[in-house]
Amino acid sequence: MASEHSAGRQALLLLPGLLFIGLLLLLPLLWLLALSFYDNGLSLAHYARLIDDASYYKSFLLTFEIAGSVTVVAMLIGYPLCYWMLGLSPFWQRVAIICVLIPFWTSLLVRTYAWLVLLQRRGLVNSGLQSLGLIEEPLALMYNATGTSIGMTHILLPFLVLPLFANMQTIDRDLLKAAAALGGSPGFVFWRVFFPLSLPGLTAGALLVFVLSIGYYVTPQLLGGGSTVMIGQLIQRNIELFSSWGAASAVSMVLLLMVMAVFLLMSRYLSLDRVFGAR
Amino acid sequence: MPNVQPFAISVRSVSKRFGATTVLDEVSLDVAEGEFVTLLGPSGSGKTTLLNIIAGFTEPNLGSVHFGAEEVTQLPPHRRGIGIVFQNYALFPHMSVADNVAFPLKARRLPATEIGERVAWALSLVKLAGYSGRRIGELSGGQKQRVALARAIGFRPRLILMDEPLSALDKQLREHMQIEIRALHDRLGATTVYVTHDQREALTMSHRIAVLNQGRIAQLADPEEIYNYPADAFVADFIGEAALIPVERIDDHSVRLEGTVLSCGRPVPAAKDLLLVLRSEKLRLAAAGNKNAFPVTVRSRVFQGDSQLLMVEIGSGVPLTFRLSTHVDTDGQLPHPGQQAYLSLHPEHAFVVRTHSD
Repeated sequence: MASEHSAGRQALLLLPGLLFIGLLLLLPLLWLLALSFYDNGLSLAHYARLIDDASYYKSFLLTFEIAGSVTVVAMLIGYPLCYWMLGLSPFWQRVAIICVLIPFWTSLLVRTYAWLVLLQRRGLVNSGLQSLGLIEEPLALMYNATGTSIGMTHILLPFLVLPLFANMQTIDRDLLKAAAALGGSPGFVFWRVFFPLSLPGLTAGALLVFVLSIGYYVTPQLLGGGSTVMIGQLIQRNIELFSSWGAASAVSMVLLLMVMAVFLLMSRYLSLDRVFGAR
Repeated sequence: MPNVQPFAISVRSVSKRFGATTVLDEVSLDVAEGEFVTLLGPSGSGKTTLLNIIAGFTEPNLGSVHFGAEEVTQLPPHRRGIGIVFQNYALFPHMSVADNVAFPLKARRLPATEIGERVAWALSLVKLAGYSGRRIGELSGGQKQRVALARAIGFRPRLILMDEPLSALDKQLREHMQIEIRALHDRLGATTVYVTHDQREALTMSHRIAVLNQGRIAQLADPEEIYNYPADAFVADFIGEAALIPVERIDDHSVRLEGTVLSCGRPVPAAKDLLLVLRSEKLRLAAAGNKNAFPVTVRSRVFQGDSQLLMVEIGSGVPLTFRLSTHVDTDGQLPHPGQQAYLSLHPEHAFVVRTHSD
């Protein structure tokens, strides 16, 4: 009887959290789900349009391309960065972390506009390259997928660096000492011991970057110009331009399903609770 | 002289400083081929630093390290060909037992069939045949230590280093593993340097023990020599339970303990401040007039199962605590608190050290 009593208590303690998630997350989501099936009555019209209209397909494809390239580039920059930070003295390690965090705390809009200044036709990058004589004509660095990818990679990089660095710090240095003493050359030790042990951190960071990229809005809107339309912008246009909540909801539902699919796929190969540190 | 067998390891006048602290101060150590040498000392004595220098993790500020005829002072660890076992096992958690043992073999690019044979051989030596597919997380502490051992011996290194490998195990398992590691050493014959702070472990396992104190080797000798004839007060105090009682030098072969003259088997050092090394098991209950007998007054007596703990005063009140084994033959003769008694010390056991090592 006593245990039943305490079980009831525990359920009661969960109530505020359940209410919070239920009222503020699940209910609106269900509302969106309902809207996506409503068009003057129950209808699949919004979903049919997703399939019929080629621009939706193009947008989804572009979104995954950009999210994929942002993730890959973030890994290629973030991994060596973390590895380098690991070798610093505690003081410089703190400095490096602060350097990662300051842009992280700076407004997204400010950083995107900063990239605007750098990347435009007469921006710092182009005029610099021209004055060095490396290029004749200014490169098209923005109002396309390139500009969007550059801006998003910079903004999302901390999401990769922070979990990856935290993971690398937990790797037991004695393992590397043992591996070296037992005959492993530095390269052998890195690929056989360090890299596999850092994979959970790398996956966690890459997953965060990828999932955030898929739903990104502000940066593609400002740096992508009219031609690069990502899913987030599709949703916004449907509401802003066409006042079609149903169409916007349908796109949102598909986006949500895709993100969940990514997580499911990853959890088949990795235990996600371990990736996110909830051992 | 062409046929001189060089020492397997030769550490020559090695010094190491970290900032302002001198961790090792001109340490020299020669280890013979096949020998089992233990570096013993309290924490901060420099024993782990010395091991790290032999392994190549740390470079000495001064001095050199030689393996056989080759100087290795600058050689990186992975080219030194050593097997190593750490206190916390340092097993690779993302690999199976077999892959852990195979790691040094793969690093040496041995053919796959040979790797398989050697892994099986090493695992059977540590009595873990049949565990090759297990994950590291599934093993007990003792099993992990066996895997670490197998990994260190699998590639047949001529040199094995062990850094407090048993200190994470419970007492019973530790004593069992001590015997087993020693048996393994006798079978394989690899030169072994073993680091521990546990003096009994050092006595149990070693051919020779190097006792380190504050960055210097205080004494380098076999276990019996270290135990019976410590080089100085530090070694005497650190090894076993010893009481150190001030005595006065009379001549080369006798000292005065609180008015009693004791004859000593070994020469008494020519110094003013001397200490007599008294160990419980060397003391016998005696009668007045026995050779090397001195009077004590019993203060208290505590029964502790296998032994009786006696707290006595020598002469004018120098306190001494020691234990006597309990046995039906002698229990009846044990003195009671308040009584006078005589203790005797065989001249071979009447050993004197200097108060300060110069």
